[in-house]
Amino acid sequence: MRRTPLIGGTVVCAALALSLSACGGDDDGGSKGGAGAASLQGRGPITFVTGKDRSGYLQKQLDAWNTEHPKEQVRIIELPDEPNDQRQQMIQNATTRSDAYSVLNLDVVWTAEFAANRWLTQLPKDRIDLSKMLPATIATGQYRDKLYAVPSTSDAGMLYFRKDLLEKAGVAGPPKTYTEMWDACAKVKKLPEAKDADCFFTEVNKTESMTISAVEAIESAGGSIIGADGKPALNTPQAKQGVEFLVGAKKDHMPKEAVTLDTEGGRRYFQSGRLIFQRQWPYQYGLANSGDGSSKVAGRFAVAPLPGPNGPGVANLGGHNLAISAFAKNKATSLDFIRYLTGEQAQRANLLATSQAPTVAALYDDPEMVKKFPYLPVLKQAIAGARPRPVAVKYGDVTAAIQGEMYDAVTGKKPADQALTDLESKLQPLTAQ
Amino acid sequence: MTTTESAPAAGTAAARAPRGRARGDVQGTRRLAALLLSPTLLVLALVIGYPVLAGFRESLYSRGEGLDADGFVVEGDRFVGLGNYTAIFQGDRADAFWNAFSNTTFFTLTTVVLETVIGVAMALIMQQAFRGRALVRASILVPWAIPTAISGLLWRWIFQADGAANAVLRQEILWTADGFPAKTAVVIAEVWKTSPFIGLLVLAGLQMIPRDVYEAARVDGAGPVQQFFRITLPLVKPALLVAVLFRMLDVLRMFDLPAVLIGVNQKSVETLTMIAWFEASNLRYGSAAAYATVLFLYIALIAYLFVKLLGADIIGEARQKNRRPRAVRTPRGGRRAAA
Repeated sequence: MRRTPLIGGTVVCAALALSLSACGGDDDGGSKGGAGAASLQGRGPITFVTGKDRSGYLQKQLDAWNTEHPKEQVRIIELPDEPNDQRQQMIQNATTRSDAYSVLNLDVVWTAEFAANRWLTQLPKDRIDLSKMLPATIATGQYRDKLYAVPSTSDAGMLYFRKDLLEKAGVAGPPKTYTEMWDACAKVKKLPEAKDADCFFTEVNKTESMTISAVEAIESAGGSIIGADGKPALNTPQAKQGVEFLVGAKKDHMPKEAVTLDTEGGRRYFQSGRLIFQRQWPYQYGLANSGDGSSKVAGRFAVAPLPGPNGPGVANLGGHNLAISAFAKNKATSLDFIRYLTGEQAQRANLLATSQAPTVAALYDDPEMVKKFPYLPVLKQAIAGARPRPVAVKYGDVTAAIQGEMYDAVTGKKPADQALTDLESKLQPLTAQ
Repeated sequence: MTTTESAPAAGTAAARAPRGRARGDVQGTRRLAALLLSPTLLVLALVIGYPVLAGFRESLYSRGEGLDADGFVVEGDRFVGLGNYTAIFQGDRADAFWNAFSNTTFFTLTTVVLETVIGVAMALIMQQAFRGRALVRASILVPWAIPTAISGLLWRWIFQADGAANAVLRQEILWTADGFPAKTAVVIAEVWKTSPFIGLLVLAGLQMIPRDVYEAARVDGAGPVQQFFRITLPLVKPALLVAVLFRMLDVLRMFDLPAVLIGVNQKSVETLTMIAWFEASNLRYGSAAAYATVLFLYIALIAYLFVKLLGADIIGEARQKNRRPRAVRTPRGGRRAAA
């Protein structure tokens, strides 16, 4: 079943030990990991495993590939909508060492876990053109300085704000600091039409979104949850300042029901016109601007980079990467397919069809694209300064611990210091190596 | 499981053998019964016995704990004995376990009590002869027909901050945040969903009660309250006990309703199955299997106590009573394997 048979496991371990000692310390885009670059061979049909494709555009991109490569057809395997279910199915497939999945569409936070468990094939840096991509996105495909996945889409939080209300209240432009934001709110709230509006919203419900809000608040203050050395670094004034911002914002500036609102709930709240500032993903832009009557704020808002305590804040990096399963056949085809799907041409077509943020930097400055998606320059800026969520092999446990302690702090069950101390002691064993 | 299924069946077959024949014949019949039942036993062993044993074996192992120098997870299983079990009761894990344990027990107690009261009331209403009875019966059964995950979504919509519940109550209660209101929300949704189940089973029991018992009671001058407590309740008890037992076993392993309605990883509604699920989804299969085994033992204990305290053989007794309502005190006999 899930258990590796004793003999098979030993053989794999031995083979791995050999390949590891054989390739020592060289780092030429190499042959370390669950399966080395030497095994990036084999051509033929492959599968592309991804979450549900809502736009229906993916099949068209595959059709184009399939007509060009009749002997190396790609078939889509669609997984459930929920990210956790996708991860679950990919893990099941990997632990049974099945070759049913070739190319995997991974959420950026899964890279460490998948790479550390030897479920991914290490990719040769010299055979993939990463130079055109945004540097922040490339980092999400790496584990211990080796490349395991190629960024295909990106995402970062932005500050949505009510342009019409700010103008009417005489506020010059979007705020760069928290203080400016609260001041702007105070001015806007004097307007009769904004009397009942809430000032700000970022997600603080006990889900993955809480981790994202915490990372953004703490990184904006100059701290980090897990430091560069892989150890928790919460015992700092910066971390405390970040958490205190979240606690204060929730207490004084957010809707009462903030802890029950998810991403979509936040979007509905903004679209009903009851929010002045909101931290949200780019996907909201098109929906909030639609003129079909579902949004009361269409044409009345704009986006800006997130504010911070003393200047621009730090956004969190989302998005998806493409990787090759360590157990896949036809890895040479898989690599070509990844290069095709992450190439500038395919990303451009994908942006136009699905409005998913690309990873190729040039697309953000393309006048045609900017005309269609006016938020692109802001998004580029946000992604450039964005930081990933904590990189941890046991990410599931790490994020659960962050969610629990931050929720207690934000809802006032614990003082910020206490939550940080408790979180530090919970993360210690999870990140020990 | 297997023994309780086979023994009575074999006994029945033997009892049916013609009287006065040689002893060898009886044995032959027994052998035939065993032979005929063996495919069933084999299937049961495969689909129930093996997973239980494999799960227990898994709970004795642990893997993927540390990283090697290159950052790879150390492969292979490590035998840890009862380590996964002791870990459940230690440190941070112990808090989470006892929290989940008390949540599970709380949900079991509150929902089963409420369901029983409401279910019996529903059955009494459905039993009455009145115009539109069919419509009432059908509408009472609707909640039971809706899949749990869907009713979870439905209730989440009702309980959201600007939802129907707050509109009706004219309050601003954050039902779906982590806290006591979340517990209440789960209890309400669960009772709404499963009371019809108890109602249905009790209704079946009610219809087995002969009318003449009530006539006799009326002649003797018993009022409706007396009739209910002296006649209806004792006579419907076997059916009611089965319904309550089923509900208890079901609610002890509750997962989908709180997971959909409130979310996973929420302290106030986390149940034992949710912890096991969380462990499994973080690749600690050994630990997940240990939690599942602990839950399995807890459910077995509750079921055993319930059956011991409230009647030795619920199913057999029910049949006996329904056939001869006055012979309440003979719990043995007429034993048949009925599912």
